[in-house]
Amino acid sequence: MSAVLVIAEHRGGVVRPVTREIVAAALAVREGLGARVEVAIIGARPDVLVPALSLEGVDELLLVPAPIEEFQPECYAAIGAALIAARRPRLVLIPHSVDGISYAPAIGATGSHGYASDVFALRCDGEDLVATRSAYREKVRVELDFPGRETVVLTVRPGSFPPASRPGGVPATTLEVPVGPMNSEHRGYIEPDAGGDVDVGAAEFLLAVGRGIGDRATAEEAAMLAGRMGATLACSRPVVDAGWLPKSRQIGQSGRTATNCRLYLALGISGAVQHLAGMKHVETIIAVNRDPDAAIFGVARVGVVADAAELVAELRALFP
Amino acid sequence: MRILVCVKQVLNLDDEFELRADGLDVDRDYCDRDLNEWDDYALEEALRIRERGGGDIEVVAATVGAEDATAELRKCLAKGADRGVRVWDERLQDCDGMMIAHVLAALVRREQPALVLTGVQGADHGQAQTGVALAALLAWPRAAVVRALEFSADAGEALVRRELEGGLEECVRIRCPAVLTIQVGINTPRYASLRGITQAAGRSVDTPALAELAIDGAAIAAARAARVRRMYVPPRPRPRMIEGRAGEQAAALAALIRDIRGGPR
Repeated sequence: MSAVLVIAEHRGGVVRPVTREIVAAALAVREGLGARVEVAIIGARPDVLVPALSLEGVDELLLVPAPIEEFQPECYAAIGAALIAARRPRLVLIPHSVDGISYAPAIGATGSHGYASDVFALRCDGEDLVATRSAYREKVRVELDFPGRETVVLTVRPGSFPPASRPGGVPATTLEVPVGPMNSEHRGYIEPDAGGDVDVGAAEFLLAVGRGIGDRATAEEAAMLAGRMGATLACSRPVVDAGWLPKSRQIGQSGRTATNCRLYLALGISGAVQHLAGMKHVETIIAVNRDPDAAIFGVARVGVVADAAELVAELRALFP
Repeated sequence: MRILVCVKQVLNLDDEFELRADGLDVDRDYCDRDLNEWDDYALEEALRIRERGGGDIEVVAATVGAEDATAELRKCLAKGADRGVRVWDERLQDCDGMMIAHVLAALVRREQPALVLTGVQGADHGQAQTGVALAALLAWPRAAVVRALEFSADAGEALVRRELEGGLEECVRIRCPAVLTIQVGINTPRYASLRGITQAAGRSVDTPALAELAIDGAAIAAARAARVRRMYVPPRPRPRMIEGRAGEQAAALAALIRDIRGGPR
């Protein structure tokens, strides 16, 4: 019987939530593929993570002890390739996360497997596996298939599948896989700056500015406007990269999640998928952008096609 | 010592873009072309390593692309790259990241750089695969999503910080030669000077044929990792739009916000 192989992601001894999402993706296509679902856990103590990944529907946990403290890309690539050789899975699912994209392409390239990244939908069409992803800043979608490939490796976009959550008894098998030389070494983590008294994750009302705000001076005006509106100022990544606002204000994949937010006013934010990951769940999103096709309008309840800087100036007059 | 920077010309869609007649990609007539933003940061990082390291470092910008991609190499030269190399062949038409990685691997074998830098991903397809695939084909060390980099040629290693989720960063020590994929925000890319642009316009770009790089064209075609079945424009849910001039839009927005927040209108 063919298999769908999921490679679990964990950090600091904790399974990352995206792992349960890709388990759900595997469970969703197993029937179409006629495949069992195997979840590999790679690390110094894979057995410790067994309870967290004993999920209903999973057929087998593959425990692969590895001489690494934390994620190491050559180690994951070597073990992934060895598991494919041993188990011949039809499909390998890896999170499209920072660690996932650090080794998944290596497995695809050296094994000459079918490969696609940042996939958010998956189906079977007869014998073919069809993966859907976006391109050109989310403006189009692309359907891909993988003719002639015995194994297809996909990285799956976080947030695309509701996580598998029902516990189940899953047998575990320990596999010894030799790992070649490793040429990079984990030297510790740097925790994010707490941001002093600002906690954008806790705020109910966020006024968030993006690159479309134009310059530092307008970002400062937006900060003043936020204060007068009773909003907490937040931003998207380019604003931090430009040095207009500190990292602690950033919403998105590499920043904070707007966990408590109920009203999100996005000014000049185009809506890159990394930003949406931190805020698209918010109940009321109001988006202001000059581009009528900006992706942010796809998640907004109310939209305004306008120059963000101009609108900040107009709004300041209305919130004296 | 040499640093190879792999760059890509990416397409930005116009507001009124159209798909190609075969429905497999966008029509290039409806696109602007630009240097991939992530690669611009990778180039800047290479230039800074050269400037910090003194004279003996050469920065080479390389791309896999048709004739019009020369424009992006000229931008790199104008900013200070020492040389530009462009590889193209008709069999690379509509190539994916895996095919590009195979070509770049052959180029790396010829150029023998001490370090390869490229962007985390392309702004067009966002596959985030070429750099790591390249490292794997070379069996070189690799680190992805690098947002701080200290390269020591003497020690033959680099200390990097990788940007992880949620603002966390990971410190990694990595042996070189290595392939590092560079995240935006690692630096502030410079603008080309007028003098640089003028000088770059007159410089030649090396365009080796596949055979000169000992690349088997058929093998490259076989490296394609996926086939595009179709491309389509997804139905986009539209929010309620506030129309009017800026002043009217702002007034409606202010009323709406006060409504939601329960303040005075």
